[in-house]
Amino acid sequence: MSSILPIAFDGIAYASWLFLISAGLTLIYGVMRILNVAHGSLYALGAYAACSLAGAWLGGGLPAAGSFAMLLLAAVLVGSLVGPLIERGLLQWMYGKDEVVLVLVTYAVFLIMEDVIKLVWGVDSLLLPEPYALPGNFQLGGLPYPVYNVVLIALALATGLALAWALYRTRQGKLLLAVIHDREMSMAMGINVSRVYLATFAVGATLAALGGAFTAPTIAVTPGIGVEVIVLAFAVVVIGGLGSLGGAALGALLVGLVRSATVRYWPEAELFSIYAVMAMVLIARPKGLFAAQEARKI
Amino acid sequence: MRPLSSFGLRAALAAFVFLLAVPASLAQQPLKVGIVTFLSGPAAGPFGVPARNAAELTAESLNAGTVPAPYSQKGFGGTPIELVIIDEAGGPQKQVAEYRNLVPRVDIVIGYISSGDCLAIAPVAEEQKKLTVLFDCGTPRIFEDASYKYVFRTGPTGTMDNVSVALYLVERTPNVKSIAGLNQNYAWGQDSWADFENAMKTLKPGIEVKTSQMPKLFAGQFGAEITTLLGSGAEVIHSSMWGGDLEGLVLQGAPRGLFEKHKVVLSAGEPAINRLGTRIPDGTILGARGPFGPFAPDTDLARWLKTTYQDRYHVPPNYASFKMTQAILSVKAAYEKAKGSGNAAPDQDKIIAALENLTFEGPGGPVKMALGKGHQAIMDAAVGTTKVEGGELKIVDVARYSADKVNPPDGMKSETWIKSGLKK
Repeated sequence: MSSILPIAFDGIAYASWLFLISAGLTLIYGVMRILNVAHGSLYALGAYAACSLAGAWLGGGLPAAGSFAMLLLAAVLVGSLVGPLIERGLLQWMYGKDEVVLVLVTYAVFLIMEDVIKLVWGVDSLLLPEPYALPGNFQLGGLPYPVYNVVLIALALATGLALAWALYRTRQGKLLLAVIHDREMSMAMGINVSRVYLATFAVGATLAALGGAFTAPTIAVTPGIGVEVIVLAFAVVVIGGLGSLGGAALGALLVGLVRSATVRYWPEAELFSIYAVMAMVLIARPKGLFAAQEARKI
Repeated sequence: MRPLSSFGLRAALAAFVFLLAVPASLAQQPLKVGIVTFLSGPAAGPFGVPARNAAELTAESLNAGTVPAPYSQKGFGGTPIELVIIDEAGGPQKQVAEYRNLVPRVDIVIGYISSGDCLAIAPVAEEQKKLTVLFDCGTPRIFEDASYKYVFRTGPTGTMDNVSVALYLVERTPNVKSIAGLNQNYAWGQDSWADFENAMKTLKPGIEVKTSQMPKLFAGQFGAEITTLLGSGAEVIHSSMWGGDLEGLVLQGAPRGLFEKHKVVLSAGEPAINRLGTRIPDGTILGARGPFGPFAPDTDLARWLKTTYQDRYHVPPNYASFKMTQAILSVKAAYEKAKGSGNAAPDQDKIIAALENLTFEGPGGPVKMALGKGHQAIMDAAVGTTKVEGGELKIVDVARYSADKVNPPDGMKSETWIKSGLKK
């Protein structure tokens, strides 16, 4: 019993982090059918922007608690500036092309953005440890845990619920679902698909940056953090079923818990655990847990 | 015909003298030294760029003749050197291709931080017959599993790091009963942990290994690993992590009391001190992969590197910088030894013969090319403990171990030597 609590908490904390990143990826795929490799660099950009903004905030001697607002602001700024820039500047000319072409295009964007990050922030790592240490620790099963992880879990829950509400309870969300279901029919019905795409990409980019911004205080922000994340996020959305928000949540939870248990009982296999989950899910359900039903077109 | 004016005569004479001088200037063509180090990716910040900076600084100072004795002669034996710098990023396969492109353009190659790259490059260097000096990578397997004519390594192996921290630990906590590890899951982390675990088992028979955590390289987040370590009950935690992973471990572990509850050993922790400073908790045992950085002996050479590097880059040189300078100086020493008192530039075979079994002075102290049939360096090791004093991080209680004590004898594999009781 004593080991179940730590495994569950670590697993859920990791899953929250994974969900924050995967939600945007799966949303963009669901709506736009783009497997966005640049998601990794948007995550990195969120982390770097967070270091700069929150670093400036703290460096200016302003109240430390305000650095959390800076993390949010960094994510929104990256999402609303860089997201539309990529979508309007490049992706909108690529719609209708094969999915593989779009993977290559977004990979190119990823490579360019990695270099832009190095150009702007250099190759040395950036540190922003204050927000992580600020809320302190709490005890669980006799071990200290950072309260920051609870913040992360709350943020993931809030994001998931807000997305679900926006998708299923608002008019804009229902328009989005219509586009997901049938793009051509939606256009025929007068939905401005181009605007939906722009908004979706901006929201997806914001979610990636949000994941990066809230991860920044726990890690050393170094070149290459986006590469690591994109592989994990792909695994999660594949497990959940490409394009499914609930699938991303369940996929993240599965990966988080299995990883946490593996670290505890079989640490050598940690590297392998995520792919083991993916392999087992795909054997049982080749399109993932909650793959959207494809409407057959004649 | 109109006689030449005195101006015209002087101009013609000057042109003639210039033409005569051309062969001499051709003889003074610089020696091209290929430098391979990480300029991008996660290893660039902690290692690659400090090494590149040291290479540029050392080359310029050598060409200007401002490096202290015994390296005060300009360039290599009077011939200036010119660097051709290549990015190490991209993995071994890419590096082999890059190496093949580099070889025709340079006289000597100095490079490689990643053990994987070193293992891949060594046989290709042999095939290309190009003198190649590995400056940083740590795996002992390069010269333990093979033997090379054209390949040298002028820095010590990872075995020395882990044997010296084990000795240091046992000397200070003779009653230590249990250990645990947190190392990156690739050659470097696995070898480092194996060497430390075996050294501890040799020094303290019956010691208990509570857990060996092996997270993915560049995982960055270690929440579950730290929980497991905190709950493991191990007295000592060993980590050979570096770069962002090491910084992440300190940032995530320190607030959770990991460093208070356990004695933490960071066998390659020195590059983190410039950036993390006082965030590294008191009492952490720290290595620098040899007597480098804060462990460097107080010599003219070490002072020169520390002062000129600090003045130019506004940070102290870390072990990667020391090891790069050491590699360049090793080739200079061998080149000048091979050249002797003659004027002719020595050929590659003569330089190789001079570098084999060479003893030379590096910025980290004396270096002996004593292993791998004279191709692998050994040095004294140094280990210390962190202490925050007056808002600054200091390294105290520094212990030095002679090179012979922390390295296997030539011809014996590190693992066998450690398991057989660290005896000579």
